[in-house]
Amino acid sequence: MSESTLNLTLKIWRQKNATDAGAFVTYKLDGVSTDSSFLEMLDLLNLQLIEQGEVPVAFDHDCREGICGACSMVINGRPHGPERGTTCQLHMRAFRNGDTIVIEPWRAKSFPVIKDLVVNRSSFDRIISAGGFVSVNTGAAQDANCIPVPKPDADEAFDAAACIGCGACVAACKNASAMLFVAAKVSHLAMLPQGRVEREARVLKMVAQMDEEGFGACSNTGACSAECPKNIGLQHIARLNREYQRASLLTGK
Amino acid sequence: MASSTRETGPFDARIPEAPLGEMWTTYKSTCKLVSPANKRNLDVIVIGTGLAGASAAATLGELGYNVKTFCFQDSPRRAHSIAAQGGINAAKNYQNDGDSVYRLFYETIKGGDYRAREANVHRLAEVSTSIIDQCVAQGVPFAREYGGMLDNRSFGGTQVQRTFYARGQTGQQLLLGAYSALSRQVASGRVTQYSRHELLDIVIVDGKARGIIARDLVSGAIERHSAHAVVLCSGGYGNVFFLSTNAMGSNVTAIWKAHKRGAWFGNPCFTQIHPTCIPVHGEHQSKLTLMSESLRNDGRIWVPKAKGDKRKPRDIPEAERDYYLERRYPAFGNLVPRDVASRAAKERCDAGYGVGSTAMAVYLDFADAIKRLGQADISAKYGNLFEMYEKISGENPYKTPMQIYPAIHYTMGGLWVSYELQTTVRGLFAAGEANFSDHGANRLGASALMQGLADGYFVLPYTLGNYLADDIRTGKIDTNLPEFAEAERAATERISQVMGIDGPTPVDKFHRELGKVMWDQCGMARNSAGLDKAISDIRGIREEFWKKARIPGDANELNVELEKALRIADFMELAELMCIDARHREESCGGHFREEFQTEEGEALRNDADFSYVAAWQYGGPDEKPVLHKEPLTFNNIKVQARSYK
Ligand SMILES: Cc1cc2nc3c(=O)[nH]c(=O)nc-3n(C[C@H](O)[C@H](O)[C@H](O)COP(=O)(O)OP(=O)(O)OC[C@H]3O[C@@H](n4cnc5c(N)ncnc54)[C@H](O)[C@@H]3O)c2cc1C
Ligand code: SF4
Ligand code: FES
Repeated sequence: MSESTLNLTLKIWRQKNATDAGAFVTYKLDGVSTDSSFLEMLDLLNLQLIEQGEVPVAFDHDCREGICGACSMVINGRPHGPERGTTCQLHMRAFRNGDTIVIEPWRAKSFPVIKDLVVNRSSFDRIISAGGFVSVNTGAAQDANCIPVPKPDADEAFDAAACIGCGACVAACKNASAMLFVAAKVSHLAMLPQGRVEREARVLKMVAQMDEEGFGACSNTGACSAECPKNIGLQHIARLNREYQRASLLTGK
Repeated sequence: MASSTRETGPFDARIPEAPLGEMWTTYKSTCKLVSPANKRNLDVIVIGTGLAGASAAATLGELGYNVKTFCFQDSPRRAHSIAAQGGINAAKNYQNDGDSVYRLFYETIKGGDYRAREANVHRLAEVSTSIIDQCVAQGVPFAREYGGMLDNRSFGGTQVQRTFYARGQTGQQLLLGAYSALSRQVASGRVTQYSRHELLDIVIVDGKARGIIARDLVSGAIERHSAHAVVLCSGGYGNVFFLSTNAMGSNVTAIWKAHKRGAWFGNPCFTQIHPTCIPVHGEHQSKLTLMSESLRNDGRIWVPKAKGDKRKPRDIPEAERDYYLERRYPAFGNLVPRDVASRAAKERCDAGYGVGSTAMAVYLDFADAIKRLGQADISAKYGNLFEMYEKISGENPYKTPMQIYPAIHYTMGGLWVSYELQTTVRGLFAAGEANFSDHGANRLGASALMQGLADGYFVLPYTLGNYLADDIRTGKIDTNLPEFAEAERAATERISQVMGIDGPTPVDKFHRELGKVMWDQCGMARNSAGLDKAISDIRGIREEFWKKARIPGDANELNVELEKALRIADFMELAELMCIDARHREESCGGHFREEFQTEEGEALRNDADFSYVAAWQYGGPDEKPVLHKEPLTFNNIKVQARSYK
C-alpha cells in the first residue's frame, strides 16, 4: 500500500437548512493520505472545522461499503465522482496533489436539500409503497422449490434487484427523471413468476407515484445508467416501457 | 471493580413444558390470541428496520395491529442488515446431504460453545425453513441451479450445504424483501414509518413499557410516542470498539436506555472477531471492511520467519515463510474457526512478525491456488472480493498477497430475553442482534440473518399476541402521563448537558480512544489485570468527555455531532459493563478468551462446572455496581464436549 499525501482545495456546498439559499465555501485541506477514502477525507476536514469552532459539513453515509445507498455527492460534476461505484468506495488515490474538488448535493426538485450535502429521498420510499412488492402475507408461502425459476431469469432479476436506491440516476439526468430506479424495481419483479400476478397494477401505480413526486420525463439519453454505481442497464427502462404499455392496454387506463 | 452477585435460582425464561421438538408447536397452540377487532385498537412500536424490525413490523401490520417503526437512516431500506454478504442458513435439506432441524440445532449450540439456551435454538432451527419459503414468495432472487431450483453453499462450522445466498449481497436482497413487505403495510396505513428518528428513552408506566421518546433528527424536535408494547430491533453494539465491520451509525443507545430502565443485559462481553478483514491503514480510518470467510478455502496465511522482515512478499523465499496456521493446526490448517484464526494472527503480530506499513497484518496468499487452478477459476470464485480489495488497498491480490487482520464483527451479547423474546421489563421485547439469545459465546456464519428473520416473521407475532391479549381493554396510552413527561425531561436534559460541555475536542477522538482501550484489553484476548486497567481507563475517558467535548451547532437542527455524542456517551457506559462481565467470567469460551484460562498449547479452556450459565446484569444506578443474575444452562438433548482443531 504505497501511501503519499495530497494538499487539496475543496469547494463545498454549504446550506444551513431547507429554506437557506446555500452557497459554495472554499476550504484548504493538507496532508490527505491517498489510502483514505473520500468520506475519510471529509471526516478529516470536519475534525479540523470542529477544532476551529465551525459547524462540520453534513453528509449522508452509513455502511461505507457501497451497499446501503446512503452516500450521495456530486463530485466535480459527476454523481459519486470520477469512478464507477459509490462515493464511499471512492479513494483519494483517484486525485492528484493540488487538485480542486467541487462537492455538491444531488440536485433535483424531488430531492430537496435538508442541510449541506444531505437531501430528502423519501419520494423513493413512497414509490416503492405504491406497488414495489409482492402481496404475500407472512406464513402463506408454499415451499420455496415449488416455484422453479430458470437461472437466466433469476440472474436478470438479480441484476435489476441490485439497485441500492441511491438516486444517482436522478442526479445525473438533466430532467431529474427517476426512470432507472423505477425500472429496476419493476424489472426485478416482472422477471419472476412470483411478481407476475400483480404486474399490471404494479407498474401503473409506481409510474403514477413517480409522476406525482415531480420527477421529470425520460428522454433516453442514458446518463443515468452511465453513472449508476450498480450498473443498472437501460434494457430495464425498455422493459418498464413495455410493461407500462401492456398494462395500459389491458386495463384500459 | 467487583460486582455484587445475587443468585436468583432459575430464571423465568417461560420455556414451554414439552419435549424439545414439541415446545414451539405447544406454545403456538396454547398461547393467547387477540381477535382482529381488538388488534385494531392495539399499538406497537418497533425500533429498527433491519431484518428483525422490518420483518416484525410488516407481519404485525398484516395481522392488523397499529404499528410505528423507527430508524435513524433516511430510509428503512438502509439498515445495517443490508451489508451482510455471505448467506442465510436453513435446514431445508434440498441437497439431500443429511441436514435436519436437529443437526442445525446441534451445530448452533456447539458452535456457540455451549452457552446458548436449547429451547430458543431449537425453535430457530425449526422455523428456518419457513424463512426461505417466505423470502422466495416475496421475490428475493436467491442463487439458482440450471434446473431452476435453489442453490446452496457451505459455510464454516458445518458439514452440510445449507446456506442460501444471493451472490455476495444476501443481506441486501433479504432486507429489500422485508422492506417491500413493510412498504406494503405503510401503503395500507397499518404501519407508520418514522425515518431519520432516533430513540432516546423508553417510557415505563406501572412496570410496563408504554412508549418511547424520540428525536426527529432533521428538526431536532423531541417527540412522545405511546404504545401497548415496544419491540427493540436496534442491532448490535460492535461500534463500541470504534473500528468494526458495522455500519457507522450502529449504536447501543436503544438497548442501553432499556437497560437503565430495568432490562437486564445478557453476556455483554461476548463479541465476535472476524479473522479476515482489510487491516487498519492509518490514524484517520473510519471503519473496517470484511473479506468473506470463504477466501480461506484457497488462500494460505503466512508471515515472514524473521522478525521485521521488510522485503516484498514475493521476494521472501518459501523456506523463510511461516505458515503458522498449518504449523499449529495441521488437521484444520487455514480453515480453523474464526476465533482460533483471529487469535493466532494477533499472536504473530504481537510477537513482532506482522507485515505491512503498520506491522499489524498477515498475508493471505493465493499464489499456490492460482498455480493449481488458474487465474480464471480463482476469479470466478472470488472476483468481486478481489475487486473490492483492490479498490480499498490499491493492490492487486492476483499478483501480491492480500494483507488481512481480524476485526470486530458481531455481538452475541444483548438484552436478556425469555423464550417469548420479552426482556425483564414487561411489554418490552428485543429481537435480532439486539438480544442475547441464540448464539451463545460464538455465532456461526450465516446464522444472524436467519435469527433476525425468524424472530420477526415467525416468533414475535405469536409471543407479542400472547402478551397483548391482556391489554385489549386498556385503551389508548396517553402521552400526557407524568411518566412521559419525566422521560422527555431526562432526554432533553441529557441533550442540554452534552451541548453545554463547551470543550475543545471533537467527540470522535473520545470514541477512538475508547475503541483502542476496548480492543487492547477486551478484544481478542483478555486478562484480569488488563480488564481492571480498562475499567479505570474507560472512567478516565468518560470524565474527559464530559469536560472536554465540543459539539458545534444547535440541538434544534440536523446535528450529526450531537447524534454521535449521545451515542458515544452510551458506549462509554456499556464499555465498563462489558469489561466487568469479561472480568467475572473466569474461563475461555467462544469469542471470550481469557489468557489465564488456556491449555499448555494455548487453546481455550472452558469451565462448565462454574460458568455454564447466562450472565444477566441488572443496572445498579449511576456509578453503582451492576448486579449479576445467573440463568443456569442445562443441556438435555445434546452431549457437552470440548472443541479441538489439532
Ligand atoms: C459486513 C457484515 C457482513 C455480514 N454478513 C453476514 C452473513 O453473511 N450472514 C449472516 O447471517 N450475518 C451476517 N452479518 C451479521 C448480520 O448482518 C447482522 O447481525 C444482522 O443483519 C442484524 O440485523 P438486525 O435486524 O438485528 O439489526 P440491524 O440491521 O443492525 O438494524 C438496526 C436498525 O435499528 C435502527 N436503530 C438502531 N438504533 C436506533 C435508535 N437509537 N433509534 C432508532 N433506530 C435505531 C437502525 O436504524 C436500523 O434500522 C454480517 C455483518 C456484517 C457487519
Ligand atoms: S438505478 Fe442505480 S443510480 Fe439509480 S438509485 Fe438504483 S443504484 Fe442508484
Ligand atoms: S455509505 Fe453505504 S453506499 Fe456509501
